[in-house]
Amino acid sequence: MANLTLVQAINLALIQEMERDDRVIILGEDVGPNGGVFRVTEGLHKRFGDKRVVDSPLAESGIIGTSIGLAMGGLRPIPEIQFEGFLGPAYDQICTHAARMRTRTRGGLTVPMTLRVPVGGGIHAPELHSDSPEAIYSHNPGLKVVMPSSPYDAKGLLISAIRDPDPVIFFEPKRIYRAFREEVPEDEYTVPIGKARVVREGSEVTMISWGASVIHCMNAIEASGRDIELIDLRTINPLDYETVMTSVCKTGRAIIVHEAPLTCGIGAELSARIMESCFLQLEAPVQRVAGFDVIMPYYKLELDYLPDTERIGKAINEIVAY
Amino acid sequence: MPVSKVYETSIDRLSILEPDGTFDESLGKGVIPDGDAVKLYEHIMLCRKFDEIAFKLQRSGRMGTYPENRGQEATSLGAAYALESKDWLVTCYRENAGLFWRGLPMEKILLHWMGDERGNQIDSELRVTPLAIPIGTQMLHAVGLAWAYKYQDSSSVSCTFFGDGATSEGDFHEAMNFAANLDIPTLFFCQNNGWAISVPTSIQCSADVLAQRAVAYGMKTIQVDGNDIFAVVKAVRDAAAYMRETSKPAFIEATTYRLGDHTTADDARRYRDAEEVEEWQGRDPVIRLRKYLEQRDLWNQSKQDEMEARAEKTVAEVVKNAEGIEPPVTEDMFDSMYASIPENLKTQRRTLRTSSLGQDPSQLPVRDTART
Ligand SMILES: Cc1ncc(C[n+]2csc(CCOP(=O)(O)OP(=O)(O)O)c2C)c(N)n1
Ligand SMILES: [Mg+2]
Repeated sequence: MANLTLVQAINLALIQEMERDDRVIILGEDVGPNGGVFRVTEGLHKRFGDKRVVDSPLAESGIIGTSIGLAMGGLRPIPEIQFEGFLGPAYDQICTHAARMRTRTRGGLTVPMTLRVPVGGGIHAPELHSDSPEAIYSHNPGLKVVMPSSPYDAKGLLISAIRDPDPVIFFEPKRIYRAFREEVPEDEYTVPIGKARVVREGSEVTMISWGASVIHCMNAIEASGRDIELIDLRTINPLDYETVMTSVCKTGRAIIVHEAPLTCGIGAELSARIMESCFLQLEAPVQRVAGFDVIMPYYKLELDYLPDTERIGKAINEIVAY
Repeated sequence: MPVSKVYETSIDRLSILEPDGTFDESLGKGVIPDGDAVKLYEHIMLCRKFDEIAFKLQRSGRMGTYPENRGQEATSLGAAYALESKDWLVTCYRENAGLFWRGLPMEKILLHWMGDERGNQIDSELRVTPLAIPIGTQMLHAVGLAWAYKYQDSSSVSCTFFGDGATSEGDFHEAMNFAANLDIPTLFFCQNNGWAISVPTSIQCSADVLAQRAVAYGMKTIQVDGNDIFAVVKAVRDAAAYMRETSKPAFIEATTYRLGDHTTADDARRYRDAEEVEEWQGRDPVIRLRKYLEQRDLWNQSKQDEMEARAEKTVAEVVKNAEGIEPPVTEDMFDSMYASIPENLKTQRRTLRTSSLGQDPSQLPVRDTART
């Protein structure tokens, strides 16, 4: 066991998978000698060399497009996009090709690639360094979308993603890159894609979240003194409805918390599914605590935008009082 | 003759004021009148002071990430000086000197990096676009802007600034291709500083000189010493005259260097040698311009001292203004979303403090009414 931050856990997973499988290569902007702008690939260039840790030209579409080719050619590329806000130029390659290649060729050509992207707000960064686009990519069938909220899950999920036969977008909540440490096994292990985690059991309300928001949920739950079950989705697509529905049917109340804007967020899909599966058990309308339907503001207002302990606390009061 | 040459070309490099102060009279005469040369020098020194203070603000937690401009001032300043106020400047994020010359209030740039959109609330008469954070995206806008003025029979042109790294983005190539093939008078001004964060230019471009990219699009081009403000001014002036006459685009590659880190979040020592930095310190645009002025008795130490004191005061005032502004209110994030705010957003705006999710609690059904 080692006491690691999220960054260190991801770094360790990358090292172990690269050692285990020489088809695994890393490419992206500044991932080489500089170790990535968040130092996630620190030391990898030195350890594995130019051939496997590649500083690419500054072109997101190029990074993903060539990763698709690398993957179809038998490798296991791990492209990095420096910030979620710069996925834009790569959107075309991700959604028109990575997501579609398997079904387009009826299994003839596949894209086993793991796209790593720092995500989310809260670090006082400039524009386009703080967004939460997970719903956009979950709306595109053919992609798997993962977002860990702890070092342990990050390592296990990343290893699963790298070994997965399909394209996985691995969102790394940058707000908690170094926020806390956790015991992480030094040996390799996997956390399955598509399986949520019950962080805390409870009977009164089910709270569902993912990424950096999970910590705010935990704090709000503790502050409320209520008996609330907290579920960390870990994988956003495919979503683990079984764990969610089992919990909501038990508690009869659900609160969904996410950083992304309310409209067409993952909360909307979850809420509809809960209504379909738990209609008779529901004691209150499903509640969502989300970003407002505005462009993520520059950082002076980012904390006003992001769901925080106070807003989540309000939702708890509202749903219990209903 | 089965094999024949179908194309051959060469690219000129222009330099007028050498790092040691040597000045090429035949090329440089009349490019910048003495009075203006002094003003430009003072302006760069003011920008340096601004840079220094901005860096300190970041380090002391009073401002977010900031990209130092130090070393690159002559590029955007030379261009802004050579162009006319009717021409658009479509910048990246290391062009403070040009933007301030055009008239952008200095506190706007501080506000931007202080995480405040009001830093981008720019008088449209200035004809500058906000700092472009997503690399390589703004050149297309410059083409559209110049196109709009051409459409309206105006002689305004646009000038867009970008780095060596940006020339790898697809949008850059699309912008070049549009401008060249549709005859749009946009000046593509590449600030080749050798690095895109930690990635050297050799990863972005394998041609001997970056300006060859322009040749591939059939565009007029020249390389200039970007730390030589005389060369920059002459090249931009020539390009602007050509563009106004022909309505065609042009490309300038200015070789330069950022003397600081990429931004305050970067540590350039991780990827570049101290010797390289030292070498470029000797090519600093400020040192040679001061030599030029001193050789002509246009400048001396007492002027320098006086000017530095003035710059210090100006920047202190700018910081005071930027920090003294009322903090934005939460509602601000809604107010510029659309020309008129849709109803659902109005509701979120109104109830953001009273409800968990920004919905109007009075719209939520309560159990009694819901079941009847
Ligand atoms: C589309 C996009 N991708 C990545 C980034 C992250 N990033 C910011 S600056 C930079 C390097 C830019 O290099 P260059 O174009 O040479 O400009 P310079 O800063 O050297 O002037 C990168 C990769 C970004 N801002 N936008
Ligand atoms: Mg550069």
